[in-house]
Amino acid sequence: MPTVDLARTPLRELNAALHRLAPDTNETHWQVLNPRGAHAVAAGIDAPITVEIEGHVGYYCAGMNKHATVLVHGSAGPGVAENMMSGRVHVRGDVSQGAGATGCGGLLVVDGNASARCGISMKGIDIVVKGSVGHLSAFMAQAGTLVVLGDAGEALGDSIYEAHLYVRGSVKSLGADCIEKPLAEHHRAELRRLLTVAGLDGALDIGTFRRYGSARRLYHFHVDNAGSY
Amino acid sequence: MCGIVGLFLKDQTLAPDLGGLLAGMLSTLCDRGPDSAGFAVYGAETPGCIKLTLRAPAGFDFAGLIGRLNGVAASPVQHAVHDTHAVVTLPAAREAVVRAELEGVPGINVVGAGRRMALFKEVGRPDRVATRFGLANMGGTHGIGHTRMATESAVTTDGAHPFTTGSDQCLVHNGSLSNHNAVRRALIRRGLAFRTENDSEVAAGYLTWRLREGASLEAAMQASLAALDGFYTFVIGTESGFGVLRDPIACKPAVMAETERWVAFGTEYRALVDLPGVDAARVWEPEPATVYQWERH
Repeated sequence: MPTVDLARTPLRELNAALHRLAPDTNETHWQVLNPRGAHAVAAGIDAPITVEIEGHVGYYCAGMNKHATVLVHGSAGPGVAENMMSGRVHVRGDVSQGAGATGCGGLLVVDGNASARCGISMKGIDIVVKGSVGHLSAFMAQAGTLVVLGDAGEALGDSIYEAHLYVRGSVKSLGADCIEKPLAEHHRAELRRLLTVAGLDGALDIGTFRRYGSARRLYHFHVDNAGSY
Repeated sequence: MCGIVGLFLKDQTLAPDLGGLLAGMLSTLCDRGPDSAGFAVYGAETPGCIKLTLRAPAGFDFAGLIGRLNGVAASPVQHAVHDTHAVVTLPAAREAVVRAELEGVPGINVVGAGRRMALFKEVGRPDRVATRFGLANMGGTHGIGHTRMATESAVTTDGAHPFTTGSDQCLVHNGSLSNHNAVRRALIRRGLAFRTENDSEVAAGYLTWRLREGASLEAAMQASLAALDGFYTFVIGTESGFGVLRDPIACKPAVMAETERWVAFGTEYRALVDLPGVDAARVWEPEPATVYQWERH
C-alpha cells in the first residue's frame, strides 16, 4: 500500500501520482499522512482506488472525483467532493461550506455536520449527512438526493429543481419554491437504498424522515413570481 | 481573501509561548494576505500604568524621544523598541501630558493604548512583518492577528489590521462592510474618532461605543449583528476577553479549535496545525450570526 507523508512529500507530487494511475492499476489502496489542512488533497482522481487520509483537510478535498473512494479520518474544509462525478467520499468528521457542490454523481457521506450550502447546485450526486446541514443547503439543486439525519438550516432547497431532499430533524425554513412533499413508496425505497450504502442499513425508521422538493413554480419566468426570484 | 487568527490561552503556563504560536499562525496565512500584517498581544500589566504603542518612520530616534518623555512623565518611562514601533509604559496619571507631548513630535503616531495591549502593524509579507517586530518573543494571555489582501482601501500601514478605537480593544476583520460610511457618521456624532476611511475601523468603533455605553463584550457583539451590514468574520480582543463573530450568511471562512489549554481561531485550519495538542482538540466551524466569547478571570 503506497503511503504518502505530506510532511515530507509535496502535495503536487501526491496528486500527480494519483492522476497517473491507470484504471487497472494494482496500487489500489493509498494512505495519506499529515494533511494538516492542505487544500485539494486527492482532487481529480480518475481511477477505482481507495485513498485514506489521516487527519483534517482544507479546501476542495476529493474534488472532481471519478471512480475513487476517498476516506477522510478527520474534518474537511470548504468544497469537499466539489463537482464529484462518481465514486465515494466519506468524511468521518464535519465538513465546511459547499460540500458536494455541483456534484454530478457518486456518494458523499459525512459522519458529522455540514455547514452552509451543502449540495449547492447538485446535479446528480447523493449526499448523506449524519449530523445537520447549514443554511441554503441544496440551493438550486438540480438532481440527486440530499439525506440529512439531523436538522437543516434556513432556506433549505431554495430555487430547487428536481433533487430529492430527505430530512429527519427540523427544518428552520424552506427556500423559495421548496415545499414538503409526501413520502411515497418509491421515495422510501430510495431512502432505504441510500441509508444502506451509507452504512446505516436498518438503523433508522424511514418513516421519521420528511421529504422536500420543488413546487415547480419558478421553472419559467412568470411575472406573478417576480418577487420570488 | 485576508487571513485572521486569534489565540486565547486558558493555561497560563503557555503565556511565554503566545507570540511564537501566533507568529506561526500568521505566517501560515501569508498567501491569504500578502499586502500587510498586524497583530495585538495582551501582555502583563504594570499596576497603575498604561502602555502606549508608538509608530514612527524607519530610523526614528526612539532613544531621544524616551529621554523627552521621562521628563514629561516625571518618572522613568519603560520602553521596548520593535523596529518602527515602540511600546512605552508610563503611570496612567501621566497619560494625558505624555500624549500632549507626543502630538508635538513629527512622525509619531499613537497606534494603541491600554493596560495590557500592544499593537503592531506594517506593510509587507506577514511572516517578515512578524519577524521585524519580534512577535515570536512576546508573551501574553491572548492575541489576534491579520494578513491583509486589500480590497476596500489602499495598502498602507494605517489600513492594516488590527484596528483599535478604545483602550485595550482591537478587532481584525475578514470581509467588507457595506454600510460603514453611515455607521461612521453616526459614531462620529457620538464622539468617536476615526483614523482612516476603512470599513473595519468602523466595526471596531461600533464595539467601542457599545462597550463605552456599558454593554458587555457579548452584548456589544450581539448588537453589531443588527447594526453592521456586509460580509464579516471578526476576531476581537479586549483587556480580558476574546470574541468571534460571523455575519448571518457566513460569507467568510472560519474554523475554531479548543483544548483544555487554549481556544484558537483561524481563517483556515492550516493556521492551527502547530498549536500544542491540536490533534486532540475539538475542531468546529463557528455558526453564522452567533456570538462566541471567552473571558479571562
